[in-house]
Amino acid sequence: MLILECPYCGVTGEETEFHGGGEAHIKRFGPGSSDADFETYLFMRENPKGVHFERWRHVNGCGKWFHAARCTMTLEVFGTYSAQTFEPPKEIKDAISAKRPGWSWREFS
Amino acid sequence: MRRYSAFAVAREAARFHSGWERAWRSPAPKKKYDVIIVGAGGHGLATAFYLGKNFGITNVAILEKGWLGGGNTGRNTTIIRSNYLQDPSAALYEKARSLYETMSQDLNYNVMFSPRGVIMLAQTEHEVRGYKRTAHANMLQGVTTEFISPARVKELVPIINIDGPRYPVLGGLWQARGGTARHDAVAWGYARACSDMGMDIIQQCEVTGVRSSGGKVVGVDTSKGAIDCDKLGLVVAGNSGDLANMAGFRLPMESVALQALVSEPIKPCMDVVVMANTVHGYMSQSDKGEMVIGGGTDGFNNYTQRGSFHHVEETVRALVETFPMVSRLKMLRQWGGIVDVTGDRSPVIGKTPLGNCFINAGWGTGGFKAIPGGGWATAELIAKGEPGPLSAEFGMERFIEGRFIDESVAAGVAH
Repeated sequence: MLILECPYCGVTGEETEFHGGGEAHIKRFGPGSSDADFETYLFMRENPKGVHFERWRHVNGCGKWFHAARCTMTLEVFGTYSAQTFEPPKEIKDAISAKRPGWSWREFS
Repeated sequence: MRRYSAFAVAREAARFHSGWERAWRSPAPKKKYDVIIVGAGGHGLATAFYLGKNFGITNVAILEKGWLGGGNTGRNTTIIRSNYLQDPSAALYEKARSLYETMSQDLNYNVMFSPRGVIMLAQTEHEVRGYKRTAHANMLQGVTTEFISPARVKELVPIINIDGPRYPVLGGLWQARGGTARHDAVAWGYARACSDMGMDIIQQCEVTGVRSSGGKVVGVDTSKGAIDCDKLGLVVAGNSGDLANMAGFRLPMESVALQALVSEPIKPCMDVVVMANTVHGYMSQSDKGEMVIGGGTDGFNNYTQRGSFHHVEETVRALVETFPMVSRLKMLRQWGGIVDVTGDRSPVIGKTPLGNCFINAGWGTGGFKAIPGGGWATAELIAKGEPGPLSAEFGMERFIEGRFIDESVAAGVAH
């Protein structure tokens, strides 16, 4: 059971209080984009074995969407942060680097 | 390879079982193979088997990071059916189901295929319409299924409660030739046959890198050293994303945990497989008497091969309403496997952006039933370098072309 903290209302809850929303920081492509970009946006996923950035919604709470950094091999949660950002804030990156030396943020498409 | 037979059992009984051979060899890897298959699960071994049997390619290595058949092949709920909606899937899954019928004879290995029948319960009006549509589609595809009444469901499954207040049984999609098989035996049978053809099954050999030159694959780096190959097949289910990263491309799939559990063994009480997709639960009784119960997937990316207890609770809670006797059962074990789920819930069998590198993945929550068909199609793909009729529609390019094989109803959650 994952324990997540909602960065908006500050409540710490079990996974059943939240709902996963898949990979975060996906670059969106709309009408007029190339087929390849549209396919990447809709279907291609990073699916990493390790550090994963993902969207969660506090469904049984304040209802807000937020982001979480989590390890898919250990289910360790490195931290949660506001969804109003294009990349993870520095403290989240530092928390990951402390636990996973050599890890680096790469440019997600 | 010594054949298994009634005579062999009698012969060995007379000499204290001293003459049984190992079912497969465990050789050290050679420097180079014509084809390397990564992943010695059901689909990987079946691919190797049909490469040898249908195309005479036997200079093949099957690399496995753990032990043979220890991934999803050993973790599923062993259900075999082919009542899918879309034509390409019905063809592929029906090919697989029909190969299961003669698999024990073909492999000289008892895979305990039991065509006991599979019912998918319709518990909402929506499901009634969906399954009637599937039954009609199956009729056109030549797959024998029928939509049956609640009374017939009760006749087939006496322990079921068809008048539940929340989810009454309104009918069912019945495939009489569906059933179950012994999942480990499928992997072991293929492994034994592959080894007999001279293929090398190399266990505890983890692939750590994919080497390429000029856009074509030339070999793999492994925990047992570098091995060269002309062609590479990636058949690693939940780890496909990880391997694709090594090979330098991305896949339209994500890995999640799917879990199952079994009860204590009880006397025979249910001789068909029952799937209740509305309540996310499905159940059959194994030959040992255990009720084998499958549940839903976790809602997040996961590589841990563990389940989570709140899903067990949800699954069992749902089953108790449909099968009241479940409330008296003790559960013995619970486990999880990592499944790779695509956007349209259909598998990917096709070429990859890397030349001479082919992939069989994305079976999501239902790969076991498709093992012989998936292996058959992937072997043809690897041998010819182009997809054959079975896998023509299953290439990754369907996502860019918007040509989905939407099985989210047929695959849903239950397998």
